[in-house]
Amino acid sequence: MKRLFASIILIMACLWWAKSVSADSRPYFYPFVNPYVATVMELPKAFEVKLPEEVPTKEYTIDVFPDLKIPDVFWYEDGLPFSLAYQDHKAPLVFVVAGTGSRYNTPRMVKLQKALHQAGFHVISITSPTHMDFVVNASKGLPGDSLRDARDLYRVMKLAYEKVKPKIEVSSFALTGYSLGAFNAAFIAKLDDEQKRFNFKRVLLINPPVNLYDSVIALDKLMVENIPGGPEKFDQWFRGLVAKLAAVSKEMGHTELSGDFIYNAYKRLPPSEENLAAIIGTAFRMSSANMIFTADVMNGGGYIVPKNARLNNSTSLTKYAMVSYRTRFEDYFNEYLLPYYEKKDPYMNRQALLDRSKLQSIEPYLKSASKIGLVHNEDDIILMPGEIDYLQGVFGNRARIFPTGGHMGNMFHPDVVRSMIDFLTGKEI
Amino acid sequence: MNSTTKRISLISAALSAMLLASGCSTLPETSSKTIPPLRTYEDVVKKDSPRLLEVSDSMEGFNRGAYRFNYNFDKYFFIPVVRTYEFILPDYVEDRVSNAVDNIGEFANLTNNLFQLKFKDAGITLSRFAINTTIGIAGLWDPATSFGLERQTEDFGQTLGHYGTGNGSYIVLPIAGPSNVRDTAGMVVDGAIFTFAGPSAWVDDQGISNAYTATYVVDKRHRIPFRYRQTGSPFEYELVRMLYTMKRDFDIAN
Repeated sequence: MKRLFASIILIMACLWWAKSVSADSRPYFYPFVNPYVATVMELPKAFEVKLPEEVPTKEYTIDVFPDLKIPDVFWYEDGLPFSLAYQDHKAPLVFVVAGTGSRYNTPRMVKLQKALHQAGFHVISITSPTHMDFVVNASKGLPGDSLRDARDLYRVMKLAYEKVKPKIEVSSFALTGYSLGAFNAAFIAKLDDEQKRFNFKRVLLINPPVNLYDSVIALDKLMVENIPGGPEKFDQWFRGLVAKLAAVSKEMGHTELSGDFIYNAYKRLPPSEENLAAIIGTAFRMSSANMIFTADVMNGGGYIVPKNARLNNSTSLTKYAMVSYRTRFEDYFNEYLLPYYEKKDPYMNRQALLDRSKLQSIEPYLKSASKIGLVHNEDDIILMPGEIDYLQGVFGNRARIFPTGGHMGNMFHPDVVRSMIDFLTGKEI
Repeated sequence: MNSTTKRISLISAALSAMLLASGCSTLPETSSKTIPPLRTYEDVVKKDSPRLLEVSDSMEGFNRGAYRFNYNFDKYFFIPVVRTYEFILPDYVEDRVSNAVDNIGEFANLTNNLFQLKFKDAGITLSRFAINTTIGIAGLWDPATSFGLERQTEDFGQTLGHYGTGNGSYIVLPIAGPSNVRDTAGMVVDGAIFTFAGPSAWVDDQGISNAYTATYVVDKRHRIPFRYRQTGSPFEYELVRMLYTMKRDFDIAN
């Protein structure tokens, strides 16, 4: 669930350069024991699965609601893009749903696409329903409700498949996603069992939250609790962080953010656990702010932007940005999302909305559906105490739990990739 | 007219054209039916709370126009050109080009280190130029850095900042991107010195100057990792403005 805006992610998400060592036939070993480090740092190259440089891909754009008039303030939006990695022969097709605030083509999505393509799948990569592109082009209503988001995604998947159908030959369907995307995938799987459009053979959940609301609050707290002096001192902390990195960059005579630079910066300046936690929390807060603002504009305003006012392509968004970044997901849930659903449905209340934001709400289904599997980490920072045992109980031998790796830090570890592929291709895990 | 002056006059022509076209307000269009939001700026943003995002931006209407222009220019022209460049040349050659461009850029580093009375850094810059131009073969390689002589980048915007000039308002320059009043003035001065008292004047060959300008521009875009919309944020304009301002503050302080 991390989505770091451009430079910060580059600064911290470290690219390591090391000699290639085969990690085959050894017990699972993961270099970062600290889950915060594991979550932020990219896996050193030496420990990472080997992926092809390029796989054949094509990008498409779909107009989910042809009558949609996109507000001028989102002048750069024009349909929902997705990408297809294709095989030149008949093959199974797997849909991948991105994590919180992520686009179909973030580095993680591209890597996952390669890994799955290498395993013989056609791969369709889909933007998270929490990313602004999705909120503008493909959301019916406010994002953040598991059932609604699953329906929106399902609609997009059907349209995406129609779009690529002439190009590829498909033998069967599978579905996967990581983080929030995994959570979405669980609900989509259930929806598909009712509507029977794809009849997924396998559905794999990679590092999903169990209780979405709790996980989101935990992530938000990382920022609130780890910035020295609290969020009101954000400026000082952030300036300090940027200055330190700039100093290292000057000292090393680098002016750009190359992989080498980031690796060396990390070696010279190992960030404290508090800093890492604060960075993860900040990244989360920012991506949730992006979603909240966009959703508000798309639904006529009244929460962050005025109601019945038109924002155009020259409107200053600075004040709205400052308000959005000070809005926790919790605030959005209580002040905007809940009233919105209560208005639509007289039987809706806070507890009901909270209950359906948990995997528990579909527990009987998850228990009985033998096609659904899980890959997770014991030290994942988005899980609450006891949740890993809960997942183990629900999925039984369809769960593969690694001892370390943080929140998706180990996603491209060869053992993890093998577990993913084995399950998706129908082998036992 | 020489290529740098041409570039400057082109930019100023584009600037004035766009200024004329940008009498637009940066406030939302409202009517009598407009209702304030639940979370207002006045309520939510407390007095002493973080204000990094608030950067002086008196031409915001124009700037947002220039930002859109740059977005399209990047998408339909700049990035395709850079991609072609990257496709044709191997990485190794691209790095040699970057080094050569940097070597010529030592001229501005030298003048501005001198303007700031940083004589040691000026000495380092001069030595770097001497070493890289000779042993480094016209600056294609950078042996000076491996001898411990690191690049001492300074420009006239930094010189102005060094002597206490404030940022002035933020400006988005067409094509060149984020800047502010101080740095734009600095860019014009650096360009003028380069043209009339620097390498351009020494070479005194229009063709070479043009080729240098084109290479400089493509190499520069090639080296900037920023891509529009990569932030995935509706506040990208604000984020870029904040980071640019912070970076320049840092450059001046060091």
